Amino acid sequence: MSKDQYILAIETSCDETAVAIVKNERELVTNVVASQIESHKRFGGVVPEIASRHHIEQMTITLQEALDESGLSLDDMDAIAVTEGPGLVGALLVGVNAAKSVAFAKQKPLVGVHHIAGHIYANRLEKEFEFPLLALVVSGGHTELVLMREHGSFEIIGETRDDAAGEAYDKVARTLKLPYPGGPHIDRLAAEGEETIDFPRAWLEDGSYDFSFSGLKSSVINTLHNAKQKGIEHKAEDVAASFQASVVDVLSTKAVRAAEEYGVKQMIVAGGVAANRGLRAALQEKFEAVDTELLIPPIHLCTDNAAMIAVAGAVAYNQGHRAGWDLNANPGLDLELYSNRTKLSTE
Amino acid sequence: MNILAIDTSNYVMGVAVVKDGVVAGEYVTHLKKNHSIRLMPAIHSLMEETGISPEELDRIAVAHGPGSYTGVRIGLTTAKTMAWSLDIPVVGVSSLEAVARQGAFFDGYVCPFFDARRGLVYTGLYKENMELEKPEKNVLMEDWLNELKDLDQKVLFLSQDISVHEEMIREVLGDRAVLPAFPYHYARPSLIAFAGAEMEAGSVHELVPNYLRLPEAEAKWLAQQKEN
Ligand SMILES: [Zn+2]
Repeated sequence: MSKDQYILAIETSCDETAVAIVKNERELVTNVVASQIESHKRFGGVVPEIASRHHIEQMTITLQEALDESGLSLDDMDAIAVTEGPGLVGALLVGVNAAKSVAFAKQKPLVGVHHIAGHIYANRLEKEFEFPLLALVVSGGHTELVLMREHGSFEIIGETRDDAAGEAYDKVARTLKLPYPGGPHIDRLAAEGEETIDFPRAWLEDGSYDFSFSGLKSSVINTLHNAKQKGIEHKAEDVAASFQASVVDVLSTKAVRAAEEYGVKQMIVAGGVAANRGLRAALQEKFEAVDTELLIPPIHLCTDNAAMIAVAGAVAYNQGHRAGWDLNANPGLDLELYSNRTKLSTE
Repeated sequence: MNILAIDTSNYVMGVAVVKDGVVAGEYVTHLKKNHSIRLMPAIHSLMEETGISPEELDRIAVAHGPGSYTGVRIGLTTAKTMAWSLDIPVVGVSSLEAVARQGAFFDGYVCPFFDARRGLVYTGLYKENMELEKPEKNVLMEDWLNELKDLDQKVLFLSQDISVHEEMIREVLGDRAVLPAFPYHYARPSLIAFAGAEMEAGSVHELVPNYLRLPEAEAKWLAQQKEN
């Protein structure tokens, strides 16, 4: 590259208003995240209309902060990238329309990015990709094993058939009367407890890389209910440890098996649940015995941010992908369709 | 001075380019179609047609509500972010005032409104000079009409949703209600540019939607807090 390339990205798919700038595809320049979590806590979850209201209030402030931190101007940017989906439609709309406006005002190319492609690409800020690779995506809305044979190409080899892992965490946390968001609380309690209850593991059919967490969730709720009727009390720490053991066991076992079957060079862990210490530890242990390099990004890159959108956006941009002024928020955007689209635009 | 005006706060989508006080171009549709897809192409084509490039803009005026929450945010996000990118002032004009200006020459009061479902409307009462006689609010149409019943002048009703409430308006106000033909019921974006031309612009960051209503979850939460 003769000249440095800068991509500015916007991410507003859920409850974080985020803007980042990335240089030459994988050097982080600035990564600003305005979290709304405090204002959703009282409702016990993200309220879409309130999230959208925060996004529009924070959008230009966050953009300004990112530019100030970087010392760059919009004229220095080569393209504007934005999360086009999946996510909350009203939240996505603020980011998409903001990105279109920056791009139109400054006459810059515009690139739409899939949120999960972003989560996977967050890892490229830490380590260069080596193909083929697998990504284990675990978050509040997703549990997927994604195979990448080259840049911009995503094949889903396994996904959840019911709840996402993060969803199961939130529901079990609610049963244990833990505050929102429940995932980190369960992780913390699990570290103090012991696996005293043998919760089921949903392995599904032989050779399947799909997941299912609704049975586990029901089992936790039923076990607690039955114990209460018999006057037995389980320690919350032990329930958390037993629940987490089941989730982590299934996720890490399937990840290792897939890594071996597909002979991948790297296994990437991505998404908010990748911040879970129990999961990180189990994966580290299991991958010691395998020839695949395990990559887990630092926690601030696991949760939603715009740096990951900038990295994935840079790849799409350099592969020739461009969005038109009619770019829309796409709350149900399919990863494989997105993958094909990137491929088509290069042909 | 070149002004771009934007209105996506209701079903009407409007874009106008005004050059030195002269309307260079206007684009208005009244369709139940996605503003997010159609707004930027409309801005792009109108600016191209009128020969204005983004960096030649001096000011952006936007209808900032009330109206559809999502619609208001699409227009406002676009106006704010464009203004921020170009480092030019942006001003918010009431979506109701934008409609009221269609009746600026009416001898009496002008009452613009938007249907807000379940018998509710967003409305306000304007005098001929576009000053507010009664402040904008989210109110039951029936209560509002009873409030207007005893006024000493005629009232011009302007609304894209006029057909929803026409019967009740005539019933309560009789011949003091004036309901014009359909072209008068839709806000023209050039009137938003006109209204916004002289307004003092604050910080771009501080321009927020005028929803006139709390999110449902928050209203419920506040009611619960009161009970406890
Ligand atoms: Zn995410």
